Amino acid sequence: MQLKAQLGGDEGKHVFVLKTAKGTRDYNPKQMAIREKVFSIIISCFKRHGAETIDTPVFELKETLTGKYGEDSKLIYDLKDQGGELLSLRYDLTVPFARYLALNKITNIKRYHIAKVYRRDNPAMTRGRYREFYQCDFDIAGQYDAMIPDAECLKIVYEILNELDLGDFRIKVNDRRILDGMFAVCGVPDEKFRTICSTVDKLDKMAWEDVKKEMVNEKGLSEDVADRIGEYVSMQGGQDLAERLLQDPKLSQNKQAFAGLTDMKLLFSYLELFQVTDKTSSEKVRTTETQVLVASAQKNLLEERLKLTSQLWNAGIKAEVLYKKNPKLLSQLQHCEETGIPLVAILGEQELKDGVVKLRNVASREEVDVPRADLVDEIKKRTL
Amino acid sequence: MADKAQLQEAIKTQGEVVRKLKSEKASKEQIDEEVAKLLQLKAQLGGDEGKHVFVLKTAKGTRDYNPKQMAIREKVFSIIISCFKRHGAETIDTPVFELKETLTGKYGEDSKLIYDLKDQGGELLSLRYDLTVPFARYLALNKITNIKRYHIAKVYRRDNPAMTRGRYREFYQCDFDIAGQYDAMIPDAECLKIVYEILNELDLGDFRIKVNDRRILDGMFAVCGVPDEKFRTICSTVDKLDKMAWEDVKKEMVNEKGLSEDVADRIGEYVSMQGGQDLAERLLQDPKLSQNKQAFAGLTDMKLLFSYLELFQVTDKVVFDLSLARGLDYYTGVIYEAILSQTIPASVSTPAEQNGADEAGVSVGSVAGGGRYDGLVGMFDPKGRKVPCVGVSIGIERIFSIMEQKAETSSEKVRTTETQVLVASAQKNLLEERLKLTSQLWNAGIKAEVLYKKNPKLLSQLQHCEETGIPLVAILGEQELKDGVVKLRNVASREEVDVPRADLVDEIKKRTL
Repeated sequence: MQLKAQLGGDEGKHVFVLKTAKGTRDYNPKQMAIREKVFSIIISCFKRHGAETIDTPVFELKETLTGKYGEDSKLIYDLKDQGGELLSLRYDLTVPFARYLALNKITNIKRYHIAKVYRRDNPAMTRGRYREFYQCDFDIAGQYDAMIPDAECLKIVYEILNELDLGDFRIKVNDRRILDGMFAVCGVPDEKFRTICSTVDKLDKMAWEDVKKEMVNEKGLSEDVADRIGEYVSMQGGQDLAERLLQDPKLSQNKQAFAGLTDMKLLFSYLELFQVTDKTSSEKVRTTETQVLVASAQKNLLEERLKLTSQLWNAGIKAEVLYKKNPKLLSQLQHCEETGIPLVAILGEQELKDGVVKLRNVASREEVDVPRADLVDEIKKRTL
Repeated sequence: MADKAQLQEAIKTQGEVVRKLKSEKASKEQIDEEVAKLLQLKAQLGGDEGKHVFVLKTAKGTRDYNPKQMAIREKVFSIIISCFKRHGAETIDTPVFELKETLTGKYGEDSKLIYDLKDQGGELLSLRYDLTVPFARYLALNKITNIKRYHIAKVYRRDNPAMTRGRYREFYQCDFDIAGQYDAMIPDAECLKIVYEILNELDLGDFRIKVNDRRILDGMFAVCGVPDEKFRTICSTVDKLDKMAWEDVKKEMVNEKGLSEDVADRIGEYVSMQGGQDLAERLLQDPKLSQNKQAFAGLTDMKLLFSYLELFQVTDKVVFDLSLARGLDYYTGVIYEAILSQTIPASVSTPAEQNGADEAGVSVGSVAGGGRYDGLVGMFDPKGRKVPCVGVSIGIERIFSIMEQKAETSSEKVRTTETQVLVASAQKNLLEERLKLTSQLWNAGIKAEVLYKKNPKLLSQLQHCEETGIPLVAILGEQELKDGVVKLRNVASREEVDVPRADLVDEIKKRTL
């Protein structure tokens, strides 16, 4: 390819390989319209809860990022050493957040951050996974009374998922301290906590029998211990489950589990105070927000079309006009239909004499003559 | 995991390795490799018990945006995007890095300013340098012949910090372009109308938009007697007229670029000309210029452009200026640059050069630049299909700077949140009631906050409102709960009124935007 590119180098003509980098993609206008809608709903929720936002550079000093990710380090995009600092593209938004807090000596903040992050995933293992993708983080940093910020985070997730209208959903909650306490009372040796944890984590994808097999055969637990774990991990519930487990003689004696269960009870009490109402909405996806196209059926009316369009823009109306001196009415209407413009303001010799504009509803084809002076208000009335 | 003593020993040894290589003047690659190993060891030193020692800085030439800066940024984007949408533009987004070969070739000597990604065994990649080349690649890749699009995103340039103090290496560009074959000058006029609207709405004071045309410039050089092969270099000298006096520009033309004094004087006569549609008409009467094909085409279009600008009511701020040159590498027709009349002192950090589609010829106070570039997309298309384009790049970093300065000197506080009301209580044991009310307000779409404290003092709750600019506080108390009301207080004036629970949402909406 490189050799071929050199071939086309005569007369400054550069032959390009027309593709985006592996694992990355452009967003076309339709995708951007959807993206904007989603961001708008999410950000509106964050703002409703009093969150601020920050932004950080797309690359950090390599040493800021390494060390945090352990084995994932090989998935980090490095920048070429061009004689300066060693840099890498951010892998998530959490490490930049921690760096930002430490750098600015900030102890309290409620912030959201929506930005792209970069991971050099191995395409063979993770087909279809993007290497450049958005993350949307919300975090509350600071020392506060127990579980209130935790409850607000869950309230925010609940609100966002409702407003995005994605159908029914569940939010599962647990606690690291409850898990560790549970492993302890079941007889898991301390040094196996993390590895047994990642096996338990597979329960959302694998059946208990297979998870148990992995614990016993691969991770070296005895069947008894595995069975005891099995009894606990099958439990689901609400505040009642937390209360029941606080009555469990073994679990309640474990310091970690007790703290976790007490906080879980408190969390659920706050979640009860935070109820949510459903909202639904559905709209056609347009890529522009234009309200009216200024058109004409007759020739030599470009000047008048441009004048009217300019007046509409000055009045804050979102308007378009075709870049053609004498366009056919049909192509102007077609443009409206293709891009979803709801109204067309048609000018003609007679209309100009009478001081009116023919305002047509593109969908219904209904037309009415509107006096020039009333046009702006009429357009506002008929569009959002 | 090596223990601390072993690590420190290893760091010492590795340090010697690096020192030795440097004194032996070993190859850069070798030295850098060993330095990287040393840094990694040092990072591990703070790595006991998972504690990671962070080097607390951002990369050179980059910066975080704190919440105040983000609030200003959001306001500026909102005004600009609202204008683009009013004109029916769509938006796209492209990846932050492209194939290296997509970017090189276009930038010529600027290639050394491109950030490359490390070769990690896959494709060779580089961070995008502007939004124009990705746009051309996007059009060619998707075989798009017509689009009116805006794109606001960060771009990356490895500027040499010694030469360009204060220049950021990661910065925003805000581009608007109309691609497609259309009747002459209408899209060009709309671009200028958009610049006009944006600069008005941003309230940056008076401004002027200078316009010129590549063909007029080339025609002018030809009739003045500039040899063809010197066109571009003379062009970049003329470009300096916004920073240098004519005498110095003439000196450079004669002494450094080898023009005769006659030729330079002839150029001098033309480039001092400014005007509107009248100047275009006058030049069309100029016997020499009108005989030149290029100049004639450019002047005819300039006349047409001004007639459209009159219909768009923007001629009060647009000037046809023959000294406007810009970095003309890919412009093929009209070119323009918007300049604020009130020049800001040099203490404002962001230099003007980062604005506009290219580096050259952008003067202090410049906030937008662009022009017509009909040949770029054809360079990307395998069959060389031409897609004519005209566009403008808004100097958004400069605008941020100006707005940030304004905010600092103004008495009005920049809020970083939009919270309308804080739910508070003066008495103890009312957390439940506070949480319940806050949730009801959220459900009704009101922007509300509550302190994460079971029993906060009223004073700290009021202080939070004052610090963050929350205008209202809804105070709960035992008596109010019995009476079914909420004490709604105006934080600034301290005026209070009891509002029935059922009316609270409406009352808050009425008192806040």
